[in-house]
Amino acid sequence: MAFDKKHILGLGELSAEEIKVILDTAESMKEISTRDVKKVPTLKGKTVVNLFFEPSTRTRSSFEIAEKRLSADVLNFSASQSSVVKGESLVDTARNFEAMGASIMVIRHGMSGAPFVLARQINASVINAGDGSHEHPSQALIDIFTIREKKGKIEGLNVLIVGDILNSRVARSNIFGLRKLGANVRIVGPATIVPEYFSEMGAEIFHSLEHAIENVDVVIMLRVQSERKTLEYFPSLREYSGLYGLTREKLKLAKKDVIVMHPGPINRGVELTSEIADDPGAVILEQVANGIAVRMAMIYLVALGESL
Amino acid sequence: MATKKKIQPLEDKTESFFSRIIDDIPSERLGSLIIIGIKTRGEYLGKRLVERIGERTGRDVTFGTIDITLYRDDFENRKNWPQLRRTSIPDDVQGKNIILVDDVLYTGRTVRAAINSIMDYGRPASVKLAVLVDRGGRELPVQPDYAGINIETLDDEMVNVYLEEVDGREEIEITREDGV
Repeated sequence: MAFDKKHILGLGELSAEEIKVILDTAESMKEISTRDVKKVPTLKGKTVVNLFFEPSTRTRSSFEIAEKRLSADVLNFSASQSSVVKGESLVDTARNFEAMGASIMVIRHGMSGAPFVLARQINASVINAGDGSHEHPSQALIDIFTIREKKGKIEGLNVLIVGDILNSRVARSNIFGLRKLGANVRIVGPATIVPEYFSEMGAEIFHSLEHAIENVDVVIMLRVQSERKTLEYFPSLREYSGLYGLTREKLKLAKKDVIVMHPGPINRGVELTSEIADDPGAVILEQVANGIAVRMAMIYLVALGESL
Repeated sequence: MATKKKIQPLEDKTESFFSRIIDDIPSERLGSLIIIGIKTRGEYLGKRLVERIGERTGRDVTFGTIDITLYRDDFENRKNWPQLRRTSIPDDVQGKNIILVDDVLYTGRTVRAAINSIMDYGRPASVKLAVLVDRGGRELPVQPDYAGINIETLDDEMVNVYLEEVDGREEIEITREDGV
């Protein structure tokens, strides 16, 4: 098979071919969720740990459902109620789970690079569920999967990412993945959070949403991340939402069949109007449903690649 | 190391295989029949069977395909697992009569996996097994209801069926790697 990675740490690390294998595998996984018994026995007797050092509901639940649909045993670890409080290091925590027989670790951590450190120090397979402002590969794969499902392809599409690019791991992973698969990526936002150096990743930079949105096939709205201090980069939320919030008028400048995506949780009235969030062109809840299939594919593929 | 190869053309054997299956289906069962092909070659044989049933009886029989990869029992051999393909069973299987179709029957493990997979969709009234080639060598108590061709083989021989739709030819190939 064209995929023999033991870990999935970021889309920056994967080839276009490997990304396609994940997407194709996810397509097959999606069917499982339509069955009477939404479970396959593939990872029976394998243990997966979800190591979450940052709060998360949606990503953790989605990974947990994915793991359970593959019949893995699942352990959940969250930093607030754990040995981290007692001073244990990340690697020691992970080694303890390994000693209990865990063979795959899904990790979310506030520090960029934490999953990479872990992958070097332990034998288990590591999946990055978001590291600092670096990468969030599962979310980007979900976005790309959803775009491919809706548009039938990725190559040649114009994709616009709106908002806090600087602090967004979703944006970075999406730029890597979409560029590798041949999409044209535009990014837009105030200059403080859409810095020029992103052009080195192959993204086209805009500061006016009205200009950027012209002729695009896909709009990906990013969340205003109050926990990551997005708000410090522009004068007020009202100003931001006036300039970069998505409204029906602005959306009219895009292609007729444009789709609107958002990794969630959405702030209605800030990043987009309620009207757009509930529009048939918005595929936000489909992204959530696709999330399970994509994460099943990621876990399945690293399980095949891991050297137990 | 040399590879020894024996080739046997399929000729009309697939057609007589289909005829025997169709002769055996009571006409009142046609409405509740689902043909399920095991990927890859079983899918094409299953499709042909559905066509033949249509030609002979004028009835449209439901067709589905199954990829058994996620139900395999050889996790230790996972490095050689193929790319996962989509399983597609269009109808509710509850109470239906299923004929599973595959190209080669060997250990019986694929069939075990396929039956387990079908059970996750519901409880069929019956499941029958139709294989074009039965090469013996069973490791599980699985026997076909219909076998087109029986051939004697050794454990270290590989039996491949090639079909027009995928391979551009219709034959059985038996290969053996000769050590030293």
